[in-house]
Amino acid sequence: MREKILSVIEKNSRIDIGELAILLGEDEAAIANEIADMEKEGIICGYHTLINWDKTANEKVNALIEVRVTPQRGMGFDNIAERIYQFSEVNAVYLMSGSFDFTVFIEGRTMRDVAQFVSDKLAPMDSVLSTATHFVLKKYKDHGTILSAKKKDERQLITP
Amino acid sequence: MRDPLSNTIKSIKPSGIRKFFDIVNTMEDAISLGVGEPDFETPYFIRDAGIYSLEKGKTFYTSNSGLMELREEIRNYLIRKLNVEYNPKNEMIITVGGSEGIDIALRAMLDKDDEVLIPQPSYVSYEPCTILAGGKPVIIELKAEDGFKLKASQILEKITDKTKIIILPFPNNPTGSILNIEELKEIAKVCIKKDLYVISDEIYCELTYEGEHASIVQIEGMKERTVLINGFSKSYAMTGWRLGYATGPKEIIAQMTKIHQYAIMCAPTTSQYAAIEALIYGDADVARMRESYNQRRRYLLYRFEEIGMTCFEPQGAFYVFPSIKKFNMSSEEFATRLLEEQKIAIVPGTAFGESGEGYVRVSYAYSMDRLKEALSRIEKFVRSL
Repeated sequence: MREKILSVIEKNSRIDIGELAILLGEDEAAIANEIADMEKEGIICGYHTLINWDKTANEKVNALIEVRVTPQRGMGFDNIAERIYQFSEVNAVYLMSGSFDFTVFIEGRTMRDVAQFVSDKLAPMDSVLSTATHFVLKKYKDHGTILSAKKKDERQLITP
Repeated sequence: MRDPLSNTIKSIKPSGIRKFFDIVNTMEDAISLGVGEPDFETPYFIRDAGIYSLEKGKTFYTSNSGLMELREEIRNYLIRKLNVEYNPKNEMIITVGGSEGIDIALRAMLDKDDEVLIPQPSYVSYEPCTILAGGKPVIIELKAEDGFKLKASQILEKITDKTKIIILPFPNNPTGSILNIEELKEIAKVCIKKDLYVISDEIYCELTYEGEHASIVQIEGMKERTVLINGFSKSYAMTGWRLGYATGPKEIIAQMTKIHQYAIMCAPTTSQYAAIEALIYGDADVARMRESYNQRRRYLLYRFEEIGMTCFEPQGAFYVFPSIKKFNMSSEEFATRLLEEQKIAIVPGTAFGESGEGYVRVSYAYSMDRLKEALSRIEKFVRSL
C-alpha cells in the first residue's frame, strides 16, 4: 500500500486523504496512519510546490557546481557534505561516482551571488580541491514535469 | 441514372455513435467523456523507435503478414501473457488495427447466410462487418443481472444449423465486463459440441482490474477454432498508429492474409517498428497506465454510487456503464439532455446495440480534474430531474 500511496502523492501532494482512499480502494483511516508513519520514518520528507520561477517577476539564478574534495580520515565524505549543505544557498548535494565527488545545486538572486558563494565559502574549504560552476540557462523539465505549456486534448469528442 | 449504391451497404444503419458525434460537435465548450481511446500519449520510447525507423529509411512495404521480428515478439508476448504459442510464420497476421482483423476474419470464414452470434452491448463494427461479409448477424442480449456476461445457455437459445461463428467481445466495450476462465470453459464446451468458430476480440486484454486476463484459446480444443484479435491501441496507447494483429489456425490466417494482401498490402511500416519496441520494453508502462485507469475507475464507481445511479462494477476496459432506467427516459434522451443542460458528452448505450437501452457509456480515459468537473455536472443534472 505504501508504494501506491507514494506514487500518487509524489505527483500530487495536495490530494485529500478521502479521495486518495477512493482511488486506491483502501480505508481512509488506514491511509492516514500509513502517511503519518511514513512522515515519522522520514520516508516522506516534505510537501513542496514545483514552481516555474521564470514565469514570475522574481529573479533567480540556479547553478550546478561540480566539487572535487579530499575525504577526511575516519569521516569519509559525510563531514564535508555537511559543511556544504548547511548553507542556505545550497538546494541539494549529491555524492557522485566518476571524475568529481559532489554535485552541489545552488540558488541565488544573481550570478554575482552565486559566484561569491563559490569563491568565498565553497572553494576556500580545506578539503575542497577544485570547483567547476555551471549556470542553468533554461529549465525544460523539473521533477518529472515538463514546464512548457500544457497540451490540448486533441482527441475526437466521441469515438466508439 | 442508375443507383450507384449497393443494396447491402444501404441496408446498414450509420453508427449510433456517429449520429451523436454530430450533435456534440455543434456544442463548442462541451466536456466530453465520450472517447474510446486512452488519454495517454504513446510512451516516448515507442514513438522514438518509430522516428528512428524513419531516420533509417525504413519506408518500404513489409511482407503482407508483417515484419517477422514483430511477429516473433507477438509470439513471445502471447506465451508470456496466455501461455499459448502461435507460429509466427503461418499463424499470425499484422493488421491495420484490431478492427481490420475483425473484418477480414469474418470475410475469410463466412458464406452467404451463415449466422454469426454477436453478444451486445458491444463494439459497433461486428454487426456491419458480418453483413458486409454476406453473413447474418444474430444478436445475443447481455443482461445487467448477469453482469453483462455471456452465458452458455444464451448461445444454445440462438443457435441454428446455420450458426458458424460466435464473437467474444471481452473485456467488453462498453460495459467493462470480463469472462473468467471458468465462464469461458462453459462457452467452450458449447462451441466444441456445436462445432462453432470463435472470433475473440481481446483488444482490452491489458486493462483488467481483478485478476489475470483469461482467453478462450487457453482452453483445450479452442485454439484450433478461434481467431484471436488483439492490437496496440489500448494497451500501449497507440490508437493513431493503426496497428493490430490476428492469430489463429493457419488455414484461416492464410485466407485472411489473402484478403489483406489485396485490400491493404501491409500494415504501416513505421508503426510495426514502433510496436516491436512496445512489446519488448513496454510492460512497465502498461502497468503504470493500468494502475492509473484503475484509480479513476474506483473514483467513478464511488461518485455514481454517491449520485445514486446504479452502476455495474466494470472489471476491464476503461468505461463505466451506469443505468439510467429510474429516470424514465431513453438513453438517447438522457445523453442529449445532459449535453444540452450541462454540456457533458457521453454515449447512449443504444449506440452499442438495442440491449444498451437504459444505460449510458462513460469513459474514464480522462484526467482526474476533468472527471471531477464532469461528475459534478452529471450530479447537478441528475438532481434536477
